Amino acid sequence: MAKRIDVSDLNIYYGNFLAVENVNVSIEPRSITALIGPSGCGKSTFLRSINRMHEVIPGGRVEGKIVMDGQDLYGADVDPVDVRRQIGMVFQRPNPFPTMSIYENVAAGIRLNNKRMRKSDLDDLVERSLRGANLWNEVKDRLNRPGAGLSGGQQQRLCIARAIAVEPDVLLMDEPASALDPISTLAIEDLMADLKERFTIVIVTHNMQQAARVSEQTGFFNLSGVGQPGRLIEFNPTEKIFSNPDQKATEDYISGRFG
Amino acid sequence: MSSTRTTPPSPAGTGRSVRRPGDRVFAGTAKGAGILILVILAGVAAFLVVEAVPALTAPAEDIPGGGGLASYIAPLVFGTLLAAVIALLVATPLAVAISLFIGYYAPRRIAQGLGYLVDLLAAIPSIVYGFWGIFWLAPKLVPFYQWLERDLGFIPLFAGPASTTGRTMLTTGLVLAVMILPIISAISREVFLQVPSLHREAALALGATRWEMIRMAVLPYGRSGVIGGAMLGLGRALGETMAVAIVLSVSGGITFNLISSGNPSTIAANIALEFPESSGIDINTLIASGLALFVITLAVNMLARAIVNRRADFSGAN
Repeated sequence: MAKRIDVSDLNIYYGNFLAVENVNVSIEPRSITALIGPSGCGKSTFLRSINRMHEVIPGGRVEGKIVMDGQDLYGADVDPVDVRRQIGMVFQRPNPFPTMSIYENVAAGIRLNNKRMRKSDLDDLVERSLRGANLWNEVKDRLNRPGAGLSGGQQQRLCIARAIAVEPDVLLMDEPASALDPISTLAIEDLMADLKERFTIVIVTHNMQQAARVSEQTGFFNLSGVGQPGRLIEFNPTEKIFSNPDQKATEDYISGRFG
Repeated sequence: MSSTRTTPPSPAGTGRSVRRPGDRVFAGTAKGAGILILVILAGVAAFLVVEAVPALTAPAEDIPGGGGLASYIAPLVFGTLLAAVIALLVATPLAVAISLFIGYYAPRRIAQGLGYLVDLLAAIPSIVYGFWGIFWLAPKLVPFYQWLERDLGFIPLFAGPASTTGRTMLTTGLVLAVMILPIISAISREVFLQVPSLHREAALALGATRWEMIRMAVLPYGRSGVIGGAMLGLGRALGETMAVAIVLSVSGGITFNLISSGNPSTIAANIALEFPESSGIDINTLIASGLALFVITLAVNMLARAIVNRRADFSGAN
């Protein structure tokens, strides 16, 4: 289950443009790691490079190493498809498959893994995943309705259910609550506290209170100017980042002096 | 056409509040254009019905062939549908494959050129397709038809005897398939490219391969667009006149034998071929067959809309 991720000397490019420079960080299993920083500083780009979604964008490429429990994710013989099956992702905007029912959305990942599953087992798994995403009670009577008919917060929890149904080792969340109202945000944050028992969670957020509320470790990304690459300025326990950060830039950012 | 279309919500502030002149002009133009479509459609329908009435009421022996209107039109309707269905069965999978290749597999530079070439197929006049069909495609297919008759003759579709000119129903269907290919692929290509990257990334992030991503996110999203394109293509195939009139060797009635020289004609081709020689009740009979084509086309379109609407909740339009 939950695995540790070690990133060393990571440079991330869009074509020839160096977007993120020289990231070195260790992400602990069974904990929540938050990434904060101003827009365009590369925190989402870094997140997407962990499950090799960055290279989906034309020109997207990476130099350096990301190792998950001894396995080099960018090794020559590693299929990005396999990496993504081990590292789930939740996006900024809820994106359930519009043509699928709630049930089909949760089962989508299982179907991909080509596991032939008995209907009753699949039913159990769908229920377990939806319960895991705190959504079961709200949707159990309409599993065959389209996922797009749910509210934004419910859709996002459906996406979380879809991601955890395949039992990944790591869950990446790219501003999962930024499109949601405070109540739904709270529901997602409670859910994350449950999920970290089983998964390694990395979350990108613009909301510093959220980072402070949910995470054990926090990384602060910043860039020195437009057109300059983003860097990981500081990576420390969340408590330290928000009370006594090592770097002046971190303190300026979290105290609202810029950004 | 069907009643399931939802009315758009009325914009806030209309009704009792002040209407700006620009709004009024635009609303009036749009409404006028909508009404114009109905008027034209009604005009065509009225013309067909009025002109068809003498043939509908004439005694059976006055109709060409002497067997009455129904037995005159039936083989034509059958031939029209058969040729169009062959064309659709061949062209739709091909068009979808081409669009997917252009949208998701080909390098960008090749994709653009290829898309342009496919679109170019639509610009070729149908009479040119007719000549291509009769002088190039049909002779090339003769050995193939002989093989079909010899080795697959037990299937009624290929019972033969194989045509020696190649001017068969199957050849006609293939020519029509090439003609409707650009229509279907242009529309499929557009809807496939419009699949939001959000949905595509959702599939990829779950660990989908490119083909699985296409199956999960692209094809379901584009489904109604592909059906719409196929129906436009079917409409063209049903009404295609010149190419069919040139290629198809007509003699005989209803048969599922696709490779012989005895084929039913199609409605449009029959009208084109017979009209110059016709007068009086014969013309009314041809117009009555035209009315049948009109009804078929209308029915096909309504059917397509019903199919698209059946799962409207799941269309992704919301």
